[in-house]
Amino acid sequence: MAARPPAEGDRNAASAGDNRPALSLHVPEPKYRPGDAVDFSHIQVPEAGAQARPDETADPKDMLDLAHDLIRVLGEDNKAHGPWDPKLDPETLRTMLGHMAMTRAFDERMFRGQRQGKTSFYMKCTGEEATSVSASMALAADDMVFPSYRQQGILIQRGYPMIEMINQIYSNRGDKLKGRQLPIMYSSREHNFFSISGNLATQTPQAVGWAMASAIKGDSRIAATWVGEGSTAEGDFHSACLFATVYNAPVILNVVNNQWAISSFSGFAGAERSTFAARGVGYGIASLRVDGNDPLGCYAAEQWAANRARANAGPTLIEFFSYRAEGHSTSDDPSGYRSAQEREEWPLGDPVMRLKNHLIAIGEWDEERQEKMDLEAAEYVKKVTKEAEANGILGHGLHHPFRTMFEDVFEELPWHLKEQSEQAIRERETKFPEGLPNEGKGA
Amino acid sequence: MSDTATKTAPTSEAPAERRLNMIEAINEALDVTMSRDDNIVVMGEDVGYFGGVFRCTAGLQEKYGKSRVFDTPISECGIIAAAVGMGAYGLRPVPEIQFADYIYPGLDQLISEAARLRYRSAGEYTSPMTVRSPFGGGIFGGQTHSQSPEAIFAHVSGLKTVIPATPYDAKGLLISCIEDNDPVIFFEPKRIYNGPFTGYYDKPVQPWKKFDASIVPEGHYTIPLGKARLANEGEELTILAYGTMVHVVEAVCAEKGIEADILDLRTIVPLDIEAIEESVKKTGRCLIVHEATRTAGFGAELSALVTERCFYHLEAPVERVTGFDTPYPHSLEWAYFPGPIRIGEALDKILAE
Ligand SMILES: Cc1ncc(C[n+]2csc(CCOP(=O)(O)OP(=O)(O)O)c2C)c(N)n1
Repeated sequence: MAARPPAEGDRNAASAGDNRPALSLHVPEPKYRPGDAVDFSHIQVPEAGAQARPDETADPKDMLDLAHDLIRVLGEDNKAHGPWDPKLDPETLRTMLGHMAMTRAFDERMFRGQRQGKTSFYMKCTGEEATSVSASMALAADDMVFPSYRQQGILIQRGYPMIEMINQIYSNRGDKLKGRQLPIMYSSREHNFFSISGNLATQTPQAVGWAMASAIKGDSRIAATWVGEGSTAEGDFHSACLFATVYNAPVILNVVNNQWAISSFSGFAGAERSTFAARGVGYGIASLRVDGNDPLGCYAAEQWAANRARANAGPTLIEFFSYRAEGHSTSDDPSGYRSAQEREEWPLGDPVMRLKNHLIAIGEWDEERQEKMDLEAAEYVKKVTKEAEANGILGHGLHHPFRTMFEDVFEELPWHLKEQSEQAIRERETKFPEGLPNEGKGA
Repeated sequence: MSDTATKTAPTSEAPAERRLNMIEAINEALDVTMSRDDNIVVMGEDVGYFGGVFRCTAGLQEKYGKSRVFDTPISECGIIAAAVGMGAYGLRPVPEIQFADYIYPGLDQLISEAARLRYRSAGEYTSPMTVRSPFGGGIFGGQTHSQSPEAIFAHVSGLKTVIPATPYDAKGLLISCIEDNDPVIFFEPKRIYNGPFTGYYDKPVQPWKKFDASIVPEGHYTIPLGKARLANEGEELTILAYGTMVHVVEAVCAEKGIEADILDLRTIVPLDIEAIEESVKKTGRCLIVHEATRTAGFGAELSALVTERCFYHLEAPVERVTGFDTPYPHSLEWAYFPGPIRIGEALDKILAE
């Protein structure tokens, strides 16, 4: 048999022998684990005010450094600095502080409510209030938001009635979502707040679609969406970036980098190699990295991005560099995976304290007024909680009637759901012939 | 009863005190297989240092190192796709999807890739992975932490779907899955991770240590895929169930004094059709119970099979008890759950014929 000509392929030429080095897998490891002393000196915290502020319609190619820098306005001296200073009047600053304090008071009370068995679950946003409250303040009330689950500050800022939030958390008969959603998964069309999904990152490309629709219709409203840094690993996030850039959609993609996704540090979303803001660069999206604990910086970046979108200059990706001060949720114990010191050592401080200190530094606030505001916020939340409790708490009757379980699956009830609805009511009457202990009338 | 259906737990070789809950049994299955075969790798969101949000992988990273037990990005698509590639290399990946409700971003990789790799390459490549995922309701998880998506997978050619109902089975079945050369979905009924219950929301879960099925032998043992377990033997009717519902059905039958053949299917693909046929032909009546929604659920397939194969032996129409065709509602989850009342009504109806 004739030998095969070498041109057809020589497998051996490609394999160089067995003296090649052994490969090894890199598995990211956070710097600190429980019990470790924390040293955050590797985190680059640039001077406040040192970052250039390009024109809102700038070409993304001319602002690449902002994807790696950290935009900061509030300095160590508690004063506002540089071109990103949004120059807000004291009244607006006090309003911002008030929303942030209210968000914190709300979290405090709801967390306690979960521990007291009034609901199944809760998630705090402690330390991240600026990423929702300040950002939201830079948007118009009729801009559409597609949040994730840690942006309760947006609803508080937009004036959504707090009793609706608590009714939702308690899944009681006052819950306008009819007791279906996991606590904190709000929805308010009236407040241009999209229904929250438990499935991570799904809202990101949806926000882009909404923004595209607004452009298709020649509307002037823009969309904004929030996603955690851990969730940027989902394919949905990358679809969102691509659609946003392809159609130059009037959308803001906010990434809240709070360093942790349950027990996994940001390295598992790729933070060891690049910033999250820089994810936008490859897509040609204007990308900003911002001190997420600087309420003025957060406001300024969001406002810049909103102006850009409104000017039809396209999407912006903003990374809010922050820290998740509390556990992931009421089901989580962070002492099992991270050093307890991290929270205290976090180099960017606490957003509420920073804004408070700023207002004091410019002579527009004092400790007494702060104390009074905190107290009033706590009292207010307490009062509304009581009102909501009159509508019931989870698992103690006073929920929506059983038939409502079958509503809204479709616009009209098909035969099989009608049958199943009758079954559910029959089961309830079998179990509670006298009616549920606390339940109002009407199955 | 047939020798196709194997009897409950065992157990001469097991010391009576060694009782584990299902979480511990799953952990042990991973441990035992990993110590025997260093091609087995465990991966998933939070499974490494932290040991998983349900603690099923606790201690494994410490024991086997970070190259074999590691956290992954929150990318179910990436997790399953990487497992396909690792399988092609020759590893046996055991990915965890944190909740079954979150398996959907990985569906294309599971359905179009993992399930068909053997077929399309005529056996050149295979996907020897076991995807573990907690599923089912009963923990107030709302509509995104409670679903039972097994029927989706049963519909896909090339995937095996396995659901244990006891710690003994969880360990033996999981070892079989990991050692199996085909892709397997292993759904863990999280409601009974800590113990079985009666299906009444106002009655607590019974800790596993009160039940013989929590006697878990040390070391390696397997339970063959495709063999049902006869959880109870009786003449009045046959009940087909799996996972959490096996326990609810047992409790209801005990309460009503009904002598039923209760078949815990254990694997829905491959299915123990012989055990089903034999039992239904013996009793002449069949009730199917699952927690997933009713329409096009796995119960529909079971009902069709029983009708096709046992029609002339049936004395009553085959009945299904299932969850409702709605998402799992948060506050009314116990009204959704196919509990004792729904099952009791169906039993009365079947037995009255
Ligand atoms: C598709 C999907 N996969 C997994 C989960 C489970 N899960 C809920 S929150 C979470 C961590 C998210 O972290 P990150 O995006 O950083 O947001 P953070 O909670 O830190 O605000 C995970 C894995 C989920 N909800 N959805």
